[in-house]
Amino acid sequence: MFEIHCPYCDEKRPEIEFAYAGEAHIVRPNAQDQGEMSDADWSQYMFIRDNVRGEHCERWWHQHGCNMFFNAVRHTVTDKFVMTYKMGKSRPTAKQIADAKK
Amino acid sequence: MSAFRKSGRGMVDASKPVNFTFDGKAYQGLQGDTLASALLANGVHLTGRSFKYHRPRGIVGAGSEEPNALVAFDRGEGRVTPNVRATTLEIFDGLKAESQNRWPNLKTDIGGFNNIFSMFFPAGFYNKTFKWPASFWDKVYEPFIRNMAGLGPAPKSSDPDVYASVYGHCDVLIVGAGPAGIAAAVAAAKKDQRVILVDEQAEPGGGLLSAQNVEIDGMAAQDWLTKSLTTLRKADNVTVMLRSTAIGYYHDNFVAVNERLTDHIPSVEPGRSREKLHRIRAGKVILAQGGIERPLVFNGNDRPGVMLASAAQTYLGQYGVAVGNEVVVFTSHDSAYQAAFELADANISIAAIVDIRDKISGDLQQAVEARAIDLILGSSVSKTSGKLRINGCEVYTASSGKKQSFQCDALLMSGGWTPSLHLWSHSKGGIKWDADLAAYVPEQANENAVCVGACNGNFGIEAALNAGTKAGGGRKKFKVKEPEFGSGVVLDHLPNYIDSSKQKAFVDFQNDVTEKDIKLAVREGFKSIEHVKRYTTNGMATDQGKTSNLNALEIASKAVGKPIEKVGLTTFRPPYTPTTFGALAGYRDGELFDPTRKTAIDPWAEAQGAVFEPVGIWRRAWYFPKDGEDMHAAVARECKATRDSLGIFDASTLGKIEVVGPDATKFMNLMYSNSWTTLKPGRCRYGLMLREDGYIYDDGVVARMAEDRYHVTTTSGGAPRVYRHMEDYLQTEFQHLDVWLTSTTEQWAVIAINGPNARKLIEPFVEGIDLSKDAFPHMAVREGKICGVPTRLFRVSFTGELGFEINIPSHYGRTVWETLFEAGQSYEICPYGTETMHVLRAEKGFIIVGQDTDGTVTPHDAGMGWAVAKKKKDFVGMRSLKRSDLIADGRKHLIGLLTDDPNVVLEEGAQIVADPNQPIPMDMLGHVTSSYWSESLGRSVAMALVKDGFNRMDETLHVPMPGTTHKAKVVKPVFYDPKGERLNVV
Ligand SMILES: [Zn+2]
Repeated sequence: MFEIHCPYCDEKRPEIEFAYAGEAHIVRPNAQDQGEMSDADWSQYMFIRDNVRGEHCERWWHQHGCNMFFNAVRHTVTDKFVMTYKMGKSRPTAKQIADAKK
Repeated sequence: MSAFRKSGRGMVDASKPVNFTFDGKAYQGLQGDTLASALLANGVHLTGRSFKYHRPRGIVGAGSEEPNALVAFDRGEGRVTPNVRATTLEIFDGLKAESQNRWPNLKTDIGGFNNIFSMFFPAGFYNKTFKWPASFWDKVYEPFIRNMAGLGPAPKSSDPDVYASVYGHCDVLIVGAGPAGIAAAVAAAKKDQRVILVDEQAEPGGGLLSAQNVEIDGMAAQDWLTKSLTTLRKADNVTVMLRSTAIGYYHDNFVAVNERLTDHIPSVEPGRSREKLHRIRAGKVILAQGGIERPLVFNGNDRPGVMLASAAQTYLGQYGVAVGNEVVVFTSHDSAYQAAFELADANISIAAIVDIRDKISGDLQQAVEARAIDLILGSSVSKTSGKLRINGCEVYTASSGKKQSFQCDALLMSGGWTPSLHLWSHSKGGIKWDADLAAYVPEQANENAVCVGACNGNFGIEAALNAGTKAGGGRKKFKVKEPEFGSGVVLDHLPNYIDSSKQKAFVDFQNDVTEKDIKLAVREGFKSIEHVKRYTTNGMATDQGKTSNLNALEIASKAVGKPIEKVGLTTFRPPYTPTTFGALAGYRDGELFDPTRKTAIDPWAEAQGAVFEPVGIWRRAWYFPKDGEDMHAAVARECKATRDSLGIFDASTLGKIEVVGPDATKFMNLMYSNSWTTLKPGRCRYGLMLREDGYIYDDGVVARMAEDRYHVTTTSGGAPRVYRHMEDYLQTEFQHLDVWLTSTTEQWAVIAINGPNARKLIEPFVEGIDLSKDAFPHMAVREGKICGVPTRLFRVSFTGELGFEINIPSHYGRTVWETLFEAGQSYEICPYGTETMHVLRAEKGFIIVGQDTDGTVTPHDAGMGWAVAKKKKDFVGMRSLKRSDLIADGRKHLIGLLTDDPNVVLEEGAQIVADPNQPIPMDMLGHVTSSYWSESLGRSVAMALVKDGFNRMDETLHVPMPGTTHKAKVVKPVFYDPKGERLNVV
């Protein structure tokens, strides 16, 4: 069972308080863009995910805690959380990820 | 004193005899014995039959790695535990154990014919043989496999024992209380760390318990052990847990430790926990699990009496038991010589030491000569003899071709040592091949963890003590006088003059896998060690290949022609040793297994004799049978009573979410396909929620309580996911909206009153609301009081009758219900359950999300295009509804079905075809989603998802069922009061 650092509570809490919520930084196109998107582009947004082997940006929900959704970088091979950050912050750079690992 | 007990040796208490039975026969052991040591003291080696061939098998090891000696441990009715290792089962007065896998008894076993025909049971036998015809599965193959391949009987009644669980926290968790673990605990304790030290045995000490001629810092090993344990027990910051197995190592240093509390106690007071599962989160984990000796793979190596050399050492040193009177030692490693010497020094005759190596060290050679033991180098055991116990062996020297025979009643083998990497492997720690040790050893850690001592490949007591101390944060260096651990070699194949097809050299004793099986698997194309494992089942038994994995790997790597480090090790997975389901379930048993959610009105329904059904985790009244009615009769009566006069229904399980804020309407417009802009406060609207993929996700009536406040209802099972769905969008995509969401499902009890007399019933109890038809129209909501209790009163109907849904604070639910029920007697009020609710709504064609839809149904497919706003710029699911596949012709549509025979109620889920005479497989058009007997209409009604259904009105379709095919006509799915006039009763 993971220990996950919630960036809103600023505390490490056990995984049973959290729920996984899929890949992060997939931005929903606005109404106007939706109207202009082809079916193929829309499918790309709807269904296609990176499925990376390595550091993966993903969303978690502190369901049984502060109720906030946040983002995390987790390594899909070692299962290690590298960092967590608040919703709205942009995707961490390679340097930020490297720094977080120190 | 038993025949094989050596008095004055070991840690057993000679003054405390213990009586027990094995296969019904009475034996005596001593306090401190395991079942294995007590049986060996009585000269019993034969303890079971093997899995596949039913070959007689004996005790091989002395710890939890034991592959053969599995017994059923019988503590009475419902308390039989199969597959308990005799080597870890502590005896007590009255203990009952039974051997397994034999019939009629251990010495004469009918299943042994598998052994005679073993040439027919090679690797992949099950895959190859039990394939076809399919009809053979039920009647021939499965019963055969179940009879022949059972590993012990499952208990027949439910487990009466209680199991506990607890969370634990510490700075340092140490697994294994051998020299390395104890030294680590002592060092960490001195550093003021909170320490937990766990060991699976009853006695801490590991190898120190049986160590002979070992001095630690000038002290006898056992004295050092006693002193160190005293130190640990006195320290406030140290917890020593015995009979406690670390069964799994999970993320972030989370380790599951199962503590066995009562299995070693003759009689236990009721209610006392049998086992306790500790879920321990540790700052650091020190693994000191030791090593496991490898068997040698030679012809006849599975005969009872053939065992690991170190096990014989343990039985002598820890239990004072001689494993035989006349012993042959067969080895490829120096460590077995120490075993031979200790046995010889205890006056056990060593007939010979057979070493596959041509040369050994001068010191060892001298020690052998000093004891006048016959030493045969460059040789191997070519066969063994004896029916139920070894009585002799033949030694073959390949260089000269010489064969010598020895009589013996025990044969000790050693193929070197394997560091125990199980927990390390659970933690995803890296491993590397150590060519000197011929074993895998730990490499980089994935958690804050370290392996010390033998499990790190550092064999010997001094090495273990120093590594443990260092891991615990100490600096002390120990000086230990001990026999040298030495070295050895590993061979994939032992020289033998006997044709390999006639040899039986076992690698995995528990799953009966031989050297030949592994080579055959490779010949048949299995090159990956994971595939070889699955095909041969090597390492897949309850011991997870603790003794067999490395030998299998060695053989496979040579057969594949790749170096062993390129072949890799199979993955170990929790649990380390077999674990009871009770331990894993803990307190979550019986009522706590899956907690039942009940409404405030539930106790009333129970008192009325309602029959309940589970809905999600809710339990809901299904129907209320009267005077021995069956469900059909009860539901027919409830439906009629509601349509004729008055029904009362507990709708409290409806999910409820309060959506509040200046942007509440904007949010509702985005989350639901309907438009909310035009909904006035005080009015309700049916809401349809889609996922982003355009499919129906949930539905429910939504009331606008104020400009900035919505009372949203969801399906009973859907409330949590709808709430999550809303929170997710609000916190991520729609962050700009000022809205607050609150789950209020538990806050409101909901009483649905339906029927022509609904208004008359509630009128006298309502304050502050004008209930008249025009002042309070259908789909309106008002706030006021009912029975003196504040209410949000909805005028809505899920039945087609005049209806009200009375929302009141939950704790008033039952009082209001009982008051209305009492008053309703003059209208013959009828309580109804979920089944009647389903029938009444189906008569009106109202859908149940999840029953009439399945996650691939769009609003248009469900005939609900009216619930999709045409003018909104955006809502979740809007763009997907325009995808070409979702607007294509030929989608399945929700339609009504009326059977030609009005008495036939179709089966829900039944498939629908256009032509019942077409060849099988038929072209299936869809399936029945809802189907009921309608008492109001005097006939059956059904709803179905049918390909192109809207364009098939009045067509006759066919529903093939076993034995008959039903005809049904496609109709609009509104069967009762299509104009909705019944809502307008004055
Ligand atoms: Zn939080």
